[in-house]
Amino acid sequence: MPSMRRVTATALLLLVATSALVALPQAPARAQELSIGLSAAITSMDPHFHNLSPNNNVMEHLYETLVAKDGSYRLRPGLAESWRTVDDLTWEFRLRKGVRFHDGSDFTAADVVASLRRAPNVPKSPSSFGIYTRQIADVQVVDPFTIRVRTKTPYPLLPNDLSTIYVISAKHEKASTEDFNAGRAINGTGPWRFVRWQLDDRIELARNDAYWGPKPAWERATLRIIAKDPTRVAALLAGDVRAIENVPTADIARLALNKELTLSRGISNRFIYLHMDSARDRSPFVADASGKPLEKNPLKDVRVRRAMSMAVNRQAIADKVMEGAAVPTGQLLPPGLFGHVPGIRPPAYDPDGARRLLAEAGYPDGFTITLHAPNDRYVNDEQVAQAVAGMLSKVGIRTRVEAMPSAVFFSRANNLEFSFLLAGWAAATGEASSSLRSLLATFDKEKGLGVSNRGRYSNAKVDQLTEKGLSTLNDPAREKLFQAATEAAIADVGLIPLYHQVGVWGMRRGLGYTARTDEATWAHEFSLEK
Amino acid sequence: MLRRLMQSTGVLFVMSLLVFFGVYAIGNPVDILVNPNADQQDIARAIAELGLDQPLYLQYWHFLTSALSGDLGRSFSTGIPALELIFQRMPATLELAAASMAIAIVLGIPLGLYAGLRPDSKIAKGIMAGSILGFSLPTFWVGLMLIMVFSVWLGWLPPTGRGDTVELLGVQVSFLTLDGWSHLLLPATNLALFNLALLIRLTRAGTREVMVQDYIRFARAKGLSDSRIIGVHVLKNIMIPIVTIVGLEFGSVIAFAVVTESIFAWPGMGKLLIDSINQLDRPVIVAYVLLIVLMFVLINLVVDVLYSLLDPRIRLADAGGAR
Amino acid sequence: MSAAVQSPLRRFLAEFAASRVALGAAVLLAAILFAALFAPLLSPQDPYDLAQLDIMDSKLEPGAKGAAGNTFVLGSDEQGRDLWSAILYGLRISLGVGVLATLVAMAFGTLVGLGSAWIGGRFDSLMMRIVDLQLSFPAILVALVLLAVLGQGVDKVVLALVIVQWAYYARTVRGSALVERNREYIEAARCLALSPARIVLRHLLPNCLPPLIVIATVQVAHAIALEATLSFLGLGMPITSPSLGLLIANGYTQLLSGKYWISFFPGVALVLTIVAINLVGDQLRDVLNPRLSR
Repeated sequence: MPSMRRVTATALLLLVATSALVALPQAPARAQELSIGLSAAITSMDPHFHNLSPNNNVMEHLYETLVAKDGSYRLRPGLAESWRTVDDLTWEFRLRKGVRFHDGSDFTAADVVASLRRAPNVPKSPSSFGIYTRQIADVQVVDPFTIRVRTKTPYPLLPNDLSTIYVISAKHEKASTEDFNAGRAINGTGPWRFVRWQLDDRIELARNDAYWGPKPAWERATLRIIAKDPTRVAALLAGDVRAIENVPTADIARLALNKELTLSRGISNRFIYLHMDSARDRSPFVADASGKPLEKNPLKDVRVRRAMSMAVNRQAIADKVMEGAAVPTGQLLPPGLFGHVPGIRPPAYDPDGARRLLAEAGYPDGFTITLHAPNDRYVNDEQVAQAVAGMLSKVGIRTRVEAMPSAVFFSRANNLEFSFLLAGWAAATGEASSSLRSLLATFDKEKGLGVSNRGRYSNAKVDQLTEKGLSTLNDPAREKLFQAATEAAIADVGLIPLYHQVGVWGMRRGLGYTARTDEATWAHEFSLEK
Repeated sequence: MLRRLMQSTGVLFVMSLLVFFGVYAIGNPVDILVNPNADQQDIARAIAELGLDQPLYLQYWHFLTSALSGDLGRSFSTGIPALELIFQRMPATLELAAASMAIAIVLGIPLGLYAGLRPDSKIAKGIMAGSILGFSLPTFWVGLMLIMVFSVWLGWLPPTGRGDTVELLGVQVSFLTLDGWSHLLLPATNLALFNLALLIRLTRAGTREVMVQDYIRFARAKGLSDSRIIGVHVLKNIMIPIVTIVGLEFGSVIAFAVVTESIFAWPGMGKLLIDSINQLDRPVIVAYVLLIVLMFVLINLVVDVLYSLLDPRIRLADAGGAR
Repeated sequence: MSAAVQSPLRRFLAEFAASRVALGAAVLLAAILFAALFAPLLSPQDPYDLAQLDIMDSKLEPGAKGAAGNTFVLGSDEQGRDLWSAILYGLRISLGVGVLATLVAMAFGTLVGLGSAWIGGRFDSLMMRIVDLQLSFPAILVALVLLAVLGQGVDKVVLALVIVQWAYYARTVRGSALVERNREYIEAARCLALSPARIVLRHLLPNCLPPLIVIATVQVAHAIALEATLSFLGLGMPITSPSLGLLIANGYTQLLSGKYWISFFPGVALVLTIVAINLVGDQLRDVLNPRLSR
């Protein structure tokens, strides 16, 4: 038993600590508003600080870009009414007139110039927008509503790149990230005005009644950050929020039966794939059936890679593990996106054929391999990896699964520590070049190619078609080149596409939302059904 | 006194060294912070922006020098000072910890008192069996069961998250709204369980000890009512150790809140730590650990100092060693 | 094997069995240990062999029949894994990790405690400072930070558990060793000029054992609970060898949508194990040393 004095000392401490809590209750005033549960926290209110989808999703409420994108990544006029190429290197953008910033000032070319200057140069940025401005050689102001952008090389993706740069008013070019986080510098042209941001909790918005485009159906909106899946669902069921994004797969069936709710589903641009070490002669996690490291890397043989692709029952994964929130695929992009190849079907599930191919390739007894996967990055990632491993094991490729937090996974994957990995990819530009150049082009530091090619797949034909496409300004010609590159890579099984995720939004009956391929959740696109 | 202070500073320094080099040795945070579409050039730029291109000892030197002026670095992912992030989350954790302590006290003392006064009754035996369970059951599993029973089956209470908050002295608190309480009840109960069991045992032991003392017998002989004897004489005497334990356990409750917070998605400091570990947000991890170490060191130091002030015969060095 | 050895043992057993609850707990614990030891014989499938699983059997209710006609007594998880088998194998891992960590921690802690008591002086005060410091931080926090630094894996979990636990043994052993050190039999051994190592190991250590055994029993339960908690938080065991904690974590999201069995049954197994160990430990403490306060 502690002695009396020690006790008194502790009691004194407690007294001081508790006396700090004195109560003055105050009920919060609640206006009629739309509240949405988002699944990922945003890290900053500075539109140029962190190039990350959750951040960009919120910025779309407050800011606009020169070129806008619809739900299927088709480019449409934004702050620029139109654009054209003057010559191979020069683009001319005609700006929209009569647009006002939230503070009432007019939008002009100077604001665009300031935004393009600031975007790549934010201090301490963990992921900057520089990748989207790097091709720009210089920006010329022709008149207050016309600018000309010169690129360093012929560059067809300039409008796509500019669709990611948020336009701030020129007077805030020098504002710091703190100024934006505090709300002082937030001044966009978007459909919503900024009201309040509380980190990891909520963003409050008010309708911008001076907006040039269609105005939101709601006077106010609150974007609540509810990262935990069960919590987000509970908040929807309890009426704390009126809509949520990313309904967890475990709850889709239950929510679909609920008469109070409506679900909106649509195929997403994100696809989940398997990457194999197809470059090294000996791969760290490949061994023969008895566990002895193999002298030859079987993954270099296209027959083995094809057998692996055939051994996976994509439909079973989509139905059972993903509970229907996935569409099996055999290529890089969902239908409707620039570069999708209509002819490529998801490979049929054919375990017997896979076994035959393996025997043909000289592995009648199969081999052993480890599949590495993140366990906190993609929907059900760890479970999908296990299911894949089970299916491969059944055709003789004894597969172990090692799942780890993405913090560790991506570092190790980028260091080429794995033989076989599961990952996902969403083409940020919404067209084929993003996936081709990052995942399948030969790794090349100078050219910035193959950054996420963690299998170091290399195919001269794919490289040549991709690079040619990247400098072809004519749209139909470019699409053909990318389609040809995709076909070449898929025929050679440069990676094994599994499925496209399906985005699922849940909302109260009476609300409507058209599912977006880019997985974005925008308050101004929620409709009120009468 | 001076020696004690120096020791505490030494502890802080050693911990900062261990945690910093430990945390900075794992993974590469840029790999998850950077946009997947970034190319090699851009990744290199991000590494430089975060200062990760410098040798580790230099990074530590920067950290140490700015730490001395109260700056524990900025979060990689948000660019916001790590301490600011932690302090923003602190009210939620303190609220949860305080509520759980309140539950443990309000239930634990009467139950323990009963078990101490009637040690042979069936109810008392039930209470003691329950307290063994309270010690044994893993917090996280009890949390899951609470959610299953009260949220999924009965639908009485919301399973996760924090309720509506109102501003109180510049701090967001939720215990003043009905919605806030409905969210607070389950996690607070979950967190209270261990201390509830502890308090029941302490109160029971204390009561049994006190009841056989002479002054209780005198009080009885004087003809005082049972309620007065228990309310005044017994309680007054057993409160002392209980208050101590409550004080010392408060730190552990805050630490254990890590588990409860992540089950109930309670937006407190503990969840921040788990999130930061998952994102490799190194400055936040380091700042969190150092803050907790500082808190424990301070609690111990202050208690010991007060202790020695109240009783000059006890030298500080002994007070530290006697624990 | 003289009567003098047998009779204390018999007395010990009689005293232990005096409490029906403790006896029941001991029987239960024996059954759990048996089940864990012979898991491969008792389970219908090898839950770690992915080739034996059929994804079509995923999330079946307890008692449901699978695609191959086999019955899933306790249901199946997302991968179509038989939960009964998964629990038996998970028990093995949980118990194995708990016992191994406790043994290593006990060995190390005892060494430090004995050394501290025997050498004394600066070494003693330094060691006890470290012990004090370590014990003043909550175990969960120390383990969390350690695993954040070390990463995942069975070996790392065991290491973290050892680091969290060794200080208890060090302090306890030092305490009893200091008492024993001044007893006559140690004086006598010294007079015989036996080597210090021999005195410490052959004479001092055996007399410090009873409290050690009691603490070790309780600490095994703590270690199992802590490992489960860490695994639940995603910082413990790798998915290739799911302990009970990881099984519970896997079923967490399903629990909220009504598929309770994936989390519930592994949880029951975990709780039964921990409660049984604690009850046995409680009784051991009463029997071995009635005066022991911890």
